[in-house]
Amino acid sequence: MRSADGDHEAFAGVYDALVGPVMGLACRILRNTALAEEVTQDVMIEVWRTADRYRPERGTARTWVLTLAHRRAVDRVRNVQASAERDRRAALLSAGRPVDEVAEAVEGRDERRRVYRCLGRLGSMHRVPLVLAFYEGFTYVEVAQALSTPPGTVKSRMRAGLRLLRACLEDG
Amino acid sequence: MTTSPGDPHAAVGAYVLHALPSAEEAAFEKHLAGCEACRREVDELRRAAARLATAESIDAPPELRQRTLERIRTVRQEHAPRPPRPHRRVMSMALAASLAAAAALGGLALWQHSEADDARARAVQAEQQARGNGTAFADLLTAPDATLHAGKLSDGATAAVVVSQSQNRAAFTARDLPALTGNRVYELWYAAEAGGLRPAGLLPGSGRDSARLLEGPLGDAVAVGITVEPAGGSAQPTSDPLGIISIGT
Ligand SMILES: [Zn+2]
Repeated sequence: MRSADGDHEAFAGVYDALVGPVMGLACRILRNTALAEEVTQDVMIEVWRTADRYRPERGTARTWVLTLAHRRAVDRVRNVQASAERDRRAALLSAGRPVDEVAEAVEGRDERRRVYRCLGRLGSMHRVPLVLAFYEGFTYVEVAQALSTPPGTVKSRMRAGLRLLRACLEDG
Repeated sequence: MTTSPGDPHAAVGAYVLHALPSAEEAAFEKHLAGCEACRREVDELRRAAARLATAESIDAPPELRQRTLERIRTVRQEHAPRPPRPHRRVMSMALAASLAAAAALGGLALWQHSEADDARARAVQAEQQARGNGTAFADLLTAPDATLHAGKLSDGATAAVVVSQSQNRAAFTARDLPALTGNRVYELWYAAEAGGLRPAGLLPGSGRDSARLLEGPLGDAVAVGITVEPAGGSAQPTSDPLGIISIGT
């Protein structure tokens, strides 16, 4: 088991453990299965290639991989969407769609329910910037434009929102 | 500009969300290099952001797995510049060990949403087991020098041994161990190069997913074996091993 295959086997374990959330996140952000598969494969290959950079003292492997996946998916969505389309979507989304998505997500799996419950508790002031940035790939400047809110305010609400989310999730 | 120069820390949330325009992102990363408080906050907030990703988990097509595993055979791994460590395996074992820890602590089970209820029961069980083993278990799994040695057992179960030379200890994790009939248990063994076997602890015969810290120091062990033994375990194996996982360096 010390053969070179051992490394590939270990990687297969990493792949199996994390492909679900990586693919799901890419799908949610890109809204296109073929693109999401491409991003998922790119992310997994990057994990393999750069595994040596992972630092356990900074967090779990899972957080490391999902941070990387979010980065890649957001980069991709920014590349594929024309800015005019992004503006339109921002306006549409700020009209309340993220809120509806949260409200609709009552059914479903454990983890999803827990996360959405915590998102729901945030209140729209903190939730909307968080959802637009995380799931739509908007910069805080774009969020500020969409919500007609000063950029500095959006930036601090993103930080406060993540902190509140963390407190809620770690409460169990 | 939109950034108030008075509070460079304020961008930490937008940074974690990958929502800073690239110039501001570069500036924040410069700040991060010198700000311990922000680094800590980034790590904490990333953990919460990762949960947002987890909530979206879906099943990926099997062809994607095959394609990706084929692809990595042609992709070279990068190595961070640092003093050479002869014992270090190529794939970052810290990465794999961290996932083994997640599996052992029920994290993996929780992600497998198709069996949520079942998973919850298993996670609770795994957590209790881990707690029973004390914090030494988590310490070992997250040790910076932890290496993971994985393999299949003859009954198809997947097993892994996590070894930390610095802690002189090892842990064993297995998925899908078959339940044993009769009054039997699984017994783990440390194997020395000369062939001597030392008992390293028992696992319940109820099977499924198990994890435990191995009893006794790693010492000169070069492999870990698993056998089926009568309740209470044996001083020496009484059956052929289901598997032997080499941990030699
Ligand atoms: Zn700071």
